[in-house]
Amino acid sequence: MLRYTLRRLLGAIPTLLLVIVLAFLLVHAAPGGPFDDERALPADIEANIAAAYHLDEPLPMQFLRYLGGVLRGDFGPSYSYRDYTVSELIGRSFPVSVQLGMLAMLLATVVGVSLGIVAALNKNSALDKVVMGFAMTGISIPVFVIAPVLVLFFAVKLHWLPASWTGSEGGSRFLLPVLSLALPQIAYVARLTRASLIDVLSSDFIRTARAQGLGTAAIVRYHALKPAMLPVLSYMGPAVAAVLTGSVVVEEIFGIPGLGQLFVRASLNRDYTLVLGVVIFYAALIVLLNLIVDLLYGAIDPRIRRQ
Amino acid sequence: MSAVARIWARMRTSKTVVASGGILFAIALVSIIGPWISPNEYLTTNFDNILRAPTASAGHVFGTDDLGRDLFVRTMMGVQVTFVVAIVASVVSLLIGVLYGATAGFIGGRVDAVMMRLVDTLYATPFIFFVILLLVVFERNLLLMFVAIGAINWLDMARIVRGQTLSLREREFVQAAQLIGVSTPRIIFRHIAPNLVGIVIVYVTLTIPQAILIESFLSFLGLGVQEPQTSLGKLVNDGTKQMEGASWMLLIPGVLLAAILLCFNFVGDGMRDLFDSRRSQ
Amino acid sequence: MSLLDVNGLGVRYADKDVVSGLSFGVGSGESVGLVGESGSGKTQTALAIMGLLPGKAAISGSIDFAGTEIVGASERQLNTLRAERIGMVFQDPMQALNPYVPIGKQLRRVLLRHGISDGREVDQRVMHMLDRVGLPDPARQFRAYAHQLSGGMRQRVMIASALLAQPDLLIADEPTTALDVTVQAQILELLERIREETALLLITHDLGIIAGHCERLVVIEAGRLVEEGPTRKLFSEPRASHTRKLIDAAPRLDGDSPPAPESAELVLEADNVSVSYAERNERLQLHAVMDLDLQLQAGETVAVVGESGSGKSSFVRAVLGLVPMRAGRVTFCGQEVAGPLQARSIETRRDLQLVFQDPAGSLNPQLRIERIIAEPLTVHAPELDAKARSERVADALQRVGLDEDLLGRFPHQLSGGQAQRVAIARALIVNPRVLVCDEAVAALDGSVRQQVLNLLHREQQATGLAIVFISHDLAVVRSISHRVMVLYLGRLVELADGAGIFRHPRHPYTRALLDAVPVPDPLAPGGRLSISGEVPSIIDPPSGCAFHPRCRYAEQRCRVELPLVRPVGEARVACHRAEELEL
Repeated sequence: MLRYTLRRLLGAIPTLLLVIVLAFLLVHAAPGGPFDDERALPADIEANIAAAYHLDEPLPMQFLRYLGGVLRGDFGPSYSYRDYTVSELIGRSFPVSVQLGMLAMLLATVVGVSLGIVAALNKNSALDKVVMGFAMTGISIPVFVIAPVLVLFFAVKLHWLPASWTGSEGGSRFLLPVLSLALPQIAYVARLTRASLIDVLSSDFIRTARAQGLGTAAIVRYHALKPAMLPVLSYMGPAVAAVLTGSVVVEEIFGIPGLGQLFVRASLNRDYTLVLGVVIFYAALIVLLNLIVDLLYGAIDPRIRRQ
Repeated sequence: MSAVARIWARMRTSKTVVASGGILFAIALVSIIGPWISPNEYLTTNFDNILRAPTASAGHVFGTDDLGRDLFVRTMMGVQVTFVVAIVASVVSLLIGVLYGATAGFIGGRVDAVMMRLVDTLYATPFIFFVILLLVVFERNLLLMFVAIGAINWLDMARIVRGQTLSLREREFVQAAQLIGVSTPRIIFRHIAPNLVGIVIVYVTLTIPQAILIESFLSFLGLGVQEPQTSLGKLVNDGTKQMEGASWMLLIPGVLLAAILLCFNFVGDGMRDLFDSRRSQ
Repeated sequence: MSLLDVNGLGVRYADKDVVSGLSFGVGSGESVGLVGESGSGKTQTALAIMGLLPGKAAISGSIDFAGTEIVGASERQLNTLRAERIGMVFQDPMQALNPYVPIGKQLRRVLLRHGISDGREVDQRVMHMLDRVGLPDPARQFRAYAHQLSGGMRQRVMIASALLAQPDLLIADEPTTALDVTVQAQILELLERIREETALLLITHDLGIIAGHCERLVVIEAGRLVEEGPTRKLFSEPRASHTRKLIDAAPRLDGDSPPAPESAELVLEADNVSVSYAERNERLQLHAVMDLDLQLQAGETVAVVGESGSGKSSFVRAVLGLVPMRAGRVTFCGQEVAGPLQARSIETRRDLQLVFQDPAGSLNPQLRIERIIAEPLTVHAPELDAKARSERVADALQRVGLDEDLLGRFPHQLSGGQAQRVAIARALIVNPRVLVCDEAVAALDGSVRQQVLNLLHREQQATGLAIVFISHDLAVVRSISHRVMVLYLGRLVELADGAGIFRHPRHPYTRALLDAVPVPDPLAPGGRLSISGEVPSIIDPPSGCAFHPRCRYAEQRCRVELPLVRPVGEARVACHRAEELEL
């Protein structure tokens, strides 16, 4: 198990390196420098700025310098927020995004798995059809549609919940953003759980368990749930990525000062260092979470654990 | 050809697939003909007529936006963009994905290991952020966005096709053909390709909604389609800003986008049920 | 008063009857065999008795178990019957055991469900049962997962799970079909041992198994009862023609082997062939085949026999060029041929043909039968016009005894026997010199199997075709083999002519294989157990003679020194003690 963990950990390094190289090259392939937008500066000042940002060095040197910084958690200065470093900006906005994301994932897993189990055990019944119809709708409504629609009904029309983050306090302001982020994932997880559980329930070993006189509840609990959860577990990596992506628009819509909003603002402002830093940060986060999912998978599936 | 004909015959047996496909076809048709017969132009602003609720009598069935532009024509234009995205994404994922996957699967061994290692690496990267980066760095243009969307979508296809090819290659009828002395190109076109058609069609339909989602997402963020052009994602964004006074600006494109995605999802799902051998038997 | 009374049972799916009007009984403590070919409805009957048929099956008639009606019983009622009154063992233990749960936990659950709640008592009874079914070191196996056990051990665990709650009736559905012959003999012996505590309903297609282990026989065909009665009586004077057909079709060990072919023209020769596979990133080399030779004459059939892991398939595939050889030489008609298939001349590829085990898998599902059979002609006789080609196809079809109206069909529209004939027709259409049959009849029913064997024999008589016939079952190759090679863990253990090897085997493993074959004769049933254990993994083969851990004659020398293949009498044998042993 320890060797497996180490091997997976080593395997993640090329992925991260590739991400950094690609992102770095992309930014440096940009037509024109980062300060082109501003009025023409005297040549000596321009040279000073270039030297300050090490833009006068050859590209490989710049990359190594940048990589060295990234390894120490230093993504360089932000071009648009002149008084802050990229790391500071990320550090400031990340905590609220984490709260949102974790709540959404928790909701998605608990509700999604429960709905999926109910639907699978009542396969082809009216209940199943209702749940699956809901799930199909859920995966078809984009986050950026569901979020404003929820605001429209619950905040603008009914006034039950606050429409924006900054104008309110406490837990209630979490409700709509988390719900918007979680709904599509609830739908995915429910569909996945249902399909997977139906698949497992049709295996021969379930027939054996029935031949042993076990009832449905015992069969699901002792025989079917673990294998049925494996596909759901491997979906957790992509789910996290989807929630992160979703949080970009949700934070924008609700005005939440999180990483997503920072990223959108940076993109629209063409703040290259900030965009680069956030992309690398997101990549590292996703690679890390995928790694955790992989390790959990190995811990649950005995056939993988053996190797 | 017989394989395609049989797939078509099989598709028609599923009510969901036929109904969803029919709705998509109808939406596409209206989006092409609608703007053509409508008296309004997508660019014409009319400041005497801003934020007008949908009414048939005034000639604006979907109402007008904050610049007084006719929303029906603009929405239909967005729908057209959506369908173009669907077509481009499926062509790219078909070309790159199928070719890449089939090559890796058929050659196998080390080549396969290296090729799939690359796919795995790309899988683990937050691709959408790369696309955003790409669009930030280069000028926002439609072509670039389409290429980027296609580039994301080929991964799934490559994986599926590779797996299928790998298992087909090990199947005994392929070994039998090799033993007989059938040439490699002939084995690929006669024995492997026809057995891939079903699963390729299924996964093309399954990747289309993802591509549509990405385009509308980027346009919503203001990184995709630019003014005065529009797309459903952008219309939703406009609607979000006006929702307190003009909820139709949000609801009409939003519902339409969801409906298109729903239909594509139903088609893809139905096709998988029809062609995924593991599920069908 | 019967324990189980099946009366007018019918099982129907949509508009297809799979079982109709079936009546039979099983008495207390009795052992009854339910026999039929594939698709005869035997498994459906067993599932109906357990109340395990899927919801879409329509069931009619009555199944009375000790006064309880099973047809139409609620799931709650059924759950008190299952395991406690009726236990069931399924065909493939790999599929039938949960791969995600340690086997001890799966067995515990049975007892916890059936009224024993004291954890310590549960553990003890599970351990005791594992010991009873012959699982070595039960305390350790308790925590093992199914994939960590061998096939035979898995089936023992399966039997243990069915017996745990002490049922009155044990239903065993093809319990040995997925196992090697020597392991089958062990499992049958185990079933015999537990007979004292439970009645047995043994479901099988193999009359050999029934003959030795059942008191009474129920023969069914297409879901209907054909005949029933005491086993001896049914074997000696079967009333129904179907019963006679089943008995005749069962492979036997007695009878003659074909006389040696007249010509002595050597067509195919392989010397010192070795095959290795790389495992786990090439850090581990698995030696599947080591130093095997083959000489094949025109008109001759050589059988290659061995259990799983014997390397028989790898060997012939290497000779054919389908898998790479690590070492060795292949000569065809005096000319050395290259190792890999792609490097061989088109004539060599025409002259060496293969028929696979799974007929359905070896036919492209997208092509019509006509194109499948004609495909070799597009490579080897491209000059033929459409008319000449269809004549050749018609001729090939007739040679394998198939009707021309199959030509327009797709493979999935054929039965197993038909599909295998199509595969043979495809191989024969180019008139090869050598035909390799890799377990080509293993998936077929007895009567169909015999027809295919006859067809191959006829073809050989007519054209001088040389055949290499791979099989795990000595009895199957008995009637067609001129010579037999027996392999164990990738090495030759014995090579002899057909007559010799069946009458006077010289290697203990050959003897064990012969003993293990269940013979369809209630008076001399065979299926005896003369070796224990199972074929070890080739990842870690035993030292010295690879067979020594299972050999009752093994001495110190056998454990350290690899026996070389040497002539002993008429045969070639790899055993240190071949001369002195009386087998």
